[in-house]
Amino acid sequence: MRTGGGLLAGLAVIVGGILLASLGVNQYLYFAGYVVLQYVVVATAWNILGGYAGYVNFGTSAFFALGAYTAIFLIEAVQAPLPVLILAGGLVSGLLGLGIGYLTLRLKGVFFSIATLALSVVLQTLIMNWDYVGGAKGVTVIRPGGPLFGNWVTLLFTVMVGLAVAAVTVAWLIERSWVGRGLTALRDSEEAAECMGVPTLRLKLLATTISGFLLGVAGAPFPYYVTYVEPSSAFNLDYAVNALAMSMIGGTTTWIGPVIGAVLLGTAQQVATVTISSELNLLIVGVVLVAFVVLAPEGIMGLVRRARGR
Amino acid sequence: MFSWDLLANAVVAGVLLGGFYAAVSLGVSLTFGLLDVVNIAHPAFVILGSYAAYAMNSSFGLDPILTGVLLTPLFYVLGAAVYQMYYGSFERRGEESLRGLVFFFGVLFIIEVSLSLTYGVDYRLVEAPYIGKSINLGGVGIAVRLLVPFAVGLAMTLALHLFLSRTFYGRAIKAVAQDRLALRLMGANPVQIKTIAFGIGIAAASLSGALLVTIAPVVPSTDRDYIGRVFAITVLGGLGSIGGTLVAAIILGVAESLMATFFGPSWSLAVSFGILLLVLAVRPTGLFGR
Repeated sequence: MRTGGGLLAGLAVIVGGILLASLGVNQYLYFAGYVVLQYVVVATAWNILGGYAGYVNFGTSAFFALGAYTAIFLIEAVQAPLPVLILAGGLVSGLLGLGIGYLTLRLKGVFFSIATLALSVVLQTLIMNWDYVGGAKGVTVIRPGGPLFGNWVTLLFTVMVGLAVAAVTVAWLIERSWVGRGLTALRDSEEAAECMGVPTLRLKLLATTISGFLLGVAGAPFPYYVTYVEPSSAFNLDYAVNALAMSMIGGTTTWIGPVIGAVLLGTAQQVATVTISSELNLLIVGVVLVAFVVLAPEGIMGLVRRARGR
Repeated sequence: MFSWDLLANAVVAGVLLGGFYAAVSLGVSLTFGLLDVVNIAHPAFVILGSYAAYAMNSSFGLDPILTGVLLTPLFYVLGAAVYQMYYGSFERRGEESLRGLVFFFGVLFIIEVSLSLTYGVDYRLVEAPYIGKSINLGGVGIAVRLLVPFAVGLAMTLALHLFLSRTFYGRAIKAVAQDRLALRLMGANPVQIKTIAFGIGIAAASLSGALLVTIAPVVPSTDRDYIGRVFAITVLGGLGSIGGTLVAAIILGVAESLMATFFGPSWSLAVSFGILLLVLAVRPTGLFGR
């Protein structure tokens, strides 16, 4: 019953998104909405590894950028259509995720986090020295003419609606299944979980791969969205900080946490960028993040739970 | 194409750079290596020190390194305050590892964005009489702007080593790293000791920031280049080993310098992070691990 309800809700969101996209409201709303939805995917993907399994990934930008650059490569090479770009971006980032999954065999806690950050910089250096995809000076991507419906902004917006629903569904399914319970067990104590027969390595590999896949999926439409990609924008540390901040603010233990965080913080940032300045909105993210880890470590969902409990 | 002159120059420049890298990493060696506080915001405090030196240099014409030395008490207090906040929010509740990491990540971000709000994202540099001069030793040119930070870096390493091995508080810091409970039983307060150590770490960061701005112009986001470097050096040197930090810093400096000379500067950053990844994957205890 619940799965059916969830599926229906998901379909409703997608249909709603398409309807919204075909409405003739201000184009900027789609443009800003895309960013918020992209953060829903990014934060949800981050949370599958960071929240459920407790492995904090600082290299979110690397996975995102790898998705974007896989897309650029395929556009440059064979003019591949959007669905292929998204799938390929996800697969390549998923493979990288599998790689860092094996890293978890040796690296726990902070060492894992530092390693992912290092990975991000190494990848950025490789891309900066790879001239085929633009190198350090970046690359201009030309959108092919005649999108399926509407214009490119509304099309990309609709695609992102679908991706966000898919990402949240995946997170929801993981949470409800034995996979989620296993991940929770290994988050609390890896040794104890292993002793109880939880296949920790397989679960960790699954979590890193799915998380990487979804981050790559989020990055794949990025070249068409901005039409000009340079390594410093695709590998921007903002993605890592935002993914972390959004999940932490919403609450990391449930699928709804990152969604709440992404919608709140993402929208706040979009508003702040227009009304104040983009530098100041980053400052807000930093301050809110620190305030939440200090004052409400369980996030908004934790506050809600505590309020209900009393 | 290969020339011995080029190689000699690259190695000398790398060793000098390594002395400076040691200065940048000492604080992390102390806070992360000995206290287990993952101060990932350390490079941001370094850049804060750079901008402090820049501000004093541009408005009063003060020597950047002298400014760095004069400002260390201020940064010591700042570091102590940050540690008190960290302790009160995380360590006392026993949830330091991941949330503490996120906390410092946020602090890094706040410092960086505050600096770019205040000073913009243009490159800032300092002026001092020794910048731009160089000494020539039989075909090997030594830039004085690298030599001075190298000397200060060595002095800082020696001073920290002596402090940790000869003084009461230094030994207490080492004791905290080994056994917190035993230290408490001896009548010393581990929180106070850790506050002192953290303050020293941040003070060292600010001084090395003054060295950094002497070597090259800085922007607020320069700190990101140093996250990998300082952690690579600290991990490679064996967590908490001061001598190991110096050796690792010089290895990294030479490796980067060779890479920049023979393959181009755009590859040099990958060296530190590559070494870090390799060390983490193969030998997480480093060369001189405890």
